[in-house]
Amino acid sequence: MPLLEVASHSYAPAFAAALLRPDREPPSIVMGPRGKAAAKRYNVYRNNVMVSLIDALAAIYPGVQRVTGVDFFRAMARFHIRATPPTSPLLFDYGRDLPAFIERYEYARSMPWLADTARMERAWLDAYHAADAEPLSAASLAAVPSCQLAELVFTAHPATRIVRSRFSALTIFVANRSNDPVGSINAASPEDALITRPDYDVVVRHLPPGGAVFLTHLISGRPLGEAAASTLEISPAFDVAAGIAGLIQAGAFTAVTFGEP
Amino acid sequence: MSEALSPNASVATPLRLPAFPIGGRAGTSFKHEHLRAILAEGGQRGFFEVHAENYMGAGGPPHRALEAVRRDYPVSLHGVCMSIGGRQPLDQAHLARFRNLVHRYEPALVSEHLAWSTHETTYFNDLLPLPYTEATLGRVCDHIDEVQEAIHCPLLLENPSTYVLFRESTMSETEFIRRVAQRTGCRLLLDINNVFVSATNHGFSALDYLSDFPLSSIGEIHLAGHAEQADDEGDPLLIDSHDCPVADAVWRLFENVIGRAGPIPTLIEWDSKIPEWPILRAEAAAAQEILDRYRTATLPGDCDAAA
Repeated sequence: MPLLEVASHSYAPAFAAALLRPDREPPSIVMGPRGKAAAKRYNVYRNNVMVSLIDALAAIYPGVQRVTGVDFFRAMARFHIRATPPTSPLLFDYGRDLPAFIERYEYARSMPWLADTARMERAWLDAYHAADAEPLSAASLAAVPSCQLAELVFTAHPATRIVRSRFSALTIFVANRSNDPVGSINAASPEDALITRPDYDVVVRHLPPGGAVFLTHLISGRPLGEAAASTLEISPAFDVAAGIAGLIQAGAFTAVTFGEP
Repeated sequence: MSEALSPNASVATPLRLPAFPIGGRAGTSFKHEHLRAILAEGGQRGFFEVHAENYMGAGGPPHRALEAVRRDYPVSLHGVCMSIGGRQPLDQAHLARFRNLVHRYEPALVSEHLAWSTHETTYFNDLLPLPYTEATLGRVCDHIDEVQEAIHCPLLLENPSTYVLFRESTMSETEFIRRVAQRTGCRLLLDINNVFVSATNHGFSALDYLSDFPLSSIGEIHLAGHAEQADDEGDPLLIDSHDCPVADAVWRLFENVIGRAGPIPTLIEWDSKIPEWPILRAEAAAAQEILDRYRTATLPGDCDAAA
């Protein structure tokens, strides 16, 4: 094979190798015109790649950025991008590993609730892009004879997500997704969130104690009766009737059927 | 959001969309923050271009917004990450998503870049350059054939802004692009700001580039703003930033091209530091004014003579 042919197939690895690595020399295959140097020229690509990916993470995690401040966030994002660059051209899918990265990030140790706040934001964006579907109406349940309620199996809305936190991550998430001033928040109170999108807007709600377990059982296809019994074992005060009504009203489901015989 | 966005308008029924003419129109990038203002204005002359990847989610507000715009306007679907200039095979899942969008929204124009953005499994989110050689020409043509077979319509290939040259290149960008168009039958998206940026960065004449460019294959023109930095020798290095108004020099080149090629659909790109809608609309109106000036002077068929 002619030398030229080989060279033409190697431009991508040579060009890509230093894009996320500022410690590496720019590739020798590129140059400026009339023999001019290409260091600053190649750096335009490095900068485009890094800045656009940091911006993508900031767009997915605006609340985290508001909590940490822009400089902290961008420095953290830079570390994360070098460790875990995107593998899909769909940037709204990027950043799924950032919450786990935050948990390990030494400069974020004073904010143990930050990773869960990020998980809320990631779930919010997933709900935003999820498939459209008509939510289950309360009326469809009203027609079910009470003796058959325990057999009901619910289908989750494509947008429905549950995020559980040992901290007040939901309160922190909500407070930092607006431009309003944030008051003092007690971060130590555990919170579970339901995130879904019954129509145009993503809705985020607190789940009562037991609610996350209950909804997790229902989403996994367990009949209402079983889901309620399992939930009451660990949360005896859980109000099943109010719980199911609240979930339906929030738009967590699209359909209900009688369980498999 | 807006009452014009009826919920679930298209969940079940495939859209049959109006085939608005796009010839001779000036349009703008479509940004969601402008949706209310655009819908409130009602159907104006114009068109909107969207980045295909932003509409590759399953559902939600992005699709509702694009459906609302598409009901009243022609839409141009602009892909930014097909990696047509890459050395590896096209991402089949991505190509399928792209094809599905073409099918769903029936865009008046479909375009992609002469660039690459994915290497092995890493997506770099930038339009990276390639050497212009017989080998890369063959590969680019294969990729364009593959895209055009998938979407069942001509693809417009956009000339890039570049900041480096490859030692191994054996032909000019215009020769490369002309041969791609000849071999694949694809059309071309002439980005005049990219021509100006690359000409400045590499010290060639933008007018020479344009006189060498196959005008008869152009299906769309892009105009955008750029930023200025400096290269290693302290000379101007222009950056294709899409964050400000179109430069005067680019407007002059645009008028030169339209004078020779006739009123080609023209888009104002503005993707960062996005202004209020009236400012973007005014940029499009300035382009429309130039297009209209040459509407009667040049018949559409005349454009072949300039190539």
